[in-house]
Amino acid sequence: MDLALAPETLARWQFGITTVYHFLFVPLTISLAALTAILETAWVRTGKEHYLRATKFWGKLFLINIAMGVVTGIVQEFQFGMNWSDYSRFVGDVFGAPLAFEALIAFFFESTFIGLWIFGWDKLPKKLHCATIWIVSAGTIASAYFIIAANAFMQHPVGYKIAERDGTKRAELTDFSKVLFQETALVNFFHVISAAILVGGAFMTGIAIFHLRKKQHIRTMRMSMRLGLVTAFVGTLLTVISADTLGKVMYEQQPMKMSAAEALWESEKPAPFSLFAYGDVSEGHNKVAIEVPGVLSFLAKNNFSAEIPGINDLNKEAQEKYGPGDYRPNIPTAYWSYRWMIGFGGVSMVLCTAGLYLTRRKFWLAPEHRTGEDDVPKLMLTKNKELAPKLGTWWWRLSQWTLIFPLIGTAWGWIFTETGRQPWVVYGVLKTKDGVSPGVSQGEVITSLVVFTAIYAILAVIEVKLLLKYVKQGPPELTEADLNPPTKIGGPGAGSGSDSDEDADRPMAFSY
Amino acid sequence: MELHDIWFVLIAVLWIGYFFLEGFDFGIGVLTKLLARDRTEKRVLINTIGPVWDGNEVWLLTAGGATFAAFPEWYATLFSGFYLPLLIILLCLIVRGVAFEYRAKRPEEKWQRNWEQAIFWTSLIPAVLWGVAFANITRGVAIDAHKEYVGSFWDLLNPYAILGGLVTLTLFTFHGAVFASLKTVGDIRMRARKLALGLGLVTAVLALGFLLWTQADNGDGKSLVAMAVAVVALVGAIVAIRMGREGWSFALSGITIAAAVAMLFLTLFPNVMPSSLNEEWSLTVTNASSSPYTLKIMTWCAAIATPVVLLYQSWTYWVFRKRIGTQHIADAAH
Repeated sequence: MDLALAPETLARWQFGITTVYHFLFVPLTISLAALTAILETAWVRTGKEHYLRATKFWGKLFLINIAMGVVTGIVQEFQFGMNWSDYSRFVGDVFGAPLAFEALIAFFFESTFIGLWIFGWDKLPKKLHCATIWIVSAGTIASAYFIIAANAFMQHPVGYKIAERDGTKRAELTDFSKVLFQETALVNFFHVISAAILVGGAFMTGIAIFHLRKKQHIRTMRMSMRLGLVTAFVGTLLTVISADTLGKVMYEQQPMKMSAAEALWESEKPAPFSLFAYGDVSEGHNKVAIEVPGVLSFLAKNNFSAEIPGINDLNKEAQEKYGPGDYRPNIPTAYWSYRWMIGFGGVSMVLCTAGLYLTRRKFWLAPEHRTGEDDVPKLMLTKNKELAPKLGTWWWRLSQWTLIFPLIGTAWGWIFTETGRQPWVVYGVLKTKDGVSPGVSQGEVITSLVVFTAIYAILAVIEVKLLLKYVKQGPPELTEADLNPPTKIGGPGAGSGSDSDEDADRPMAFSY
Repeated sequence: MELHDIWFVLIAVLWIGYFFLEGFDFGIGVLTKLLARDRTEKRVLINTIGPVWDGNEVWLLTAGGATFAAFPEWYATLFSGFYLPLLIILLCLIVRGVAFEYRAKRPEEKWQRNWEQAIFWTSLIPAVLWGVAFANITRGVAIDAHKEYVGSFWDLLNPYAILGGLVTLTLFTFHGAVFASLKTVGDIRMRARKLALGLGLVTAVLALGFLLWTQADNGDGKSLVAMAVAVVALVGAIVAIRMGREGWSFALSGITIAAAVAMLFLTLFPNVMPSSLNEEWSLTVTNASSSPYTLKIMTWCAAIATPVVLLYQSWTYWVFRKRIGTQHIADAAH
């Protein structure tokens, strides 16, 4: 069968498209849930109206986003069975448990309490309403943990044994705590959550700057921008630390992936970090390479002169261990996705750090340059010197666009780590081609691939348009009802039985 | 009772929870065309399930995840075998969720009407297809020696399965109409009662036919009891709605769903997916299940988490206990 249309290739494309698409909503959901919760807490504690307006504004964007996250997540729960039935049979004993845990513990939390949050403005007392969004936030994080633990098993299988039943082999769980808490899972989770924090911070910063540049909703947006910048800055710091740890773990567990990321064909001591490479995969070498000597050795092993194994040697090693075959992932994909991940993350890191400093309120700033809550902050280079206007304009412009960079970075990150594990689906245990559903026809996979891609594309257009509409609209004006939340659960008139009193007929604070 | 038997029961419970809960919200979706006279009434109906439909749907995800963990072979055979129907269900659920959340996000009438159309169809189609799927599981499908489904998509559309699909559609719509009468106030509430009565009678005829067919094909003493409970509860639900006892009627229509699903699972046991080609190729609780260690961990998790889930989900229904009428729907879109 033509390789491009082989069921394995098609199923991989479908999994790649649906999963990367799903993950566009995940980091935003994780961070926006927490940021909305922080803003609502500020409102509950201080009673300052701009916090409530910010809560409603960011909360709306969060809801538009999580709706897509939820519905695209449904596919993930079933796709293993649909397209990867042999994979499911082989690893279900191990891999199914974290998925079931995720549904039972995290999804129920998220979905139930998000309903309470959306519809609860006139049904729940202030503090209780605020608690529901915190529970949603906890749910999103727990959900991420379980799914990353499941993924970590694919990256670095532990806590299992190969057993035979009815003449077929399968992986059986022997130690669930190892699956849940192995280093790969912890470090990966750390990295994903850090990146999610960066994604949300940059998103908030970019949109707040959009309004500040237009000099509108200044009080709310100035506060949001600062919150966004702090969040993004913390996110980048954590991302860099976690990336370093994860890189070292991956060099221990999957050296092939990491050498592919560097297009390091031959083992070198010390090994350089590649800035640009162009090469020939079939011959196994680079034609052009711009490199920084020694840096890769340091990144991988904390030692500038350590030996790093090259792709060709690792391939030979794998052939000796697992039998004949090609054990190299797609090198250009690994190389470039790794660079896009770092590049997009790095640009936003620089912008956010600069922004955090430039828009500071008091620190090392002459009193006459300090700006109030209702002013757009000045960009101050030193105590008395403002950033040159031209540069300043550029910073505002660029920072507005940085809202999307970390999101692109995280997508490339997943593309890197998943394609870099190939040809394995469970590293060293099961090959991807052995995981496909044998009973699902080529026609069926083509159908689903086309339909999913089409629907997802249409929904993307709808979602982005809707986001833009609400971004442009800005924070809502507050109503009397917003400022006077109910004091008892159920809101006015609940359970009174009579429909006559005026309160009972008041329109709902939120309705579809 | 061994662990895999307990998990067979738990999977049944998850599906019962799913059909009980999403049953009425599928029904509400269908009723946006059958019951609502204008767009405000449509919104009244949609808002009766607004805060809860998402939580209801998680029962499905949990059923899926739990099947994967407890019976990987069942999960693999079922979802790869019923590939196209499941694809259609998934697409419907995707569009449906977005429809609920995005419908009111723009004031344009065309936008809202499109999403309302979507809500109707994406509620109706899965309501039919789940019945088709479960009828096929009960009846047995072409599974070969390697636990692979070897039939075609069209094999799944046999008369018994289509009857099953009609039963779930009418039963869910009836359940939804009773729910609507319980959750609304004013004119729409009275019409919901009346419609529920008619729907109840249609459901009774179809369900009786389907359950008798099931009993005749695969039934035993236990399934006969479950069938009797389902039939009595259904008759009770119809009588109750006729007498204006909405709460009783809703509880009884819920029991009907639970008993009917229980009956299907009872006729299955100890199979989980019988093969129509050779009895020895059937998937059973033993040859499809996970190892005892995995099942033990899963049992602990379920034993602790499920009561908590039930507790806070019930609390949600209590928070939103107030009936909704047209007067509660604000004019301005949010």
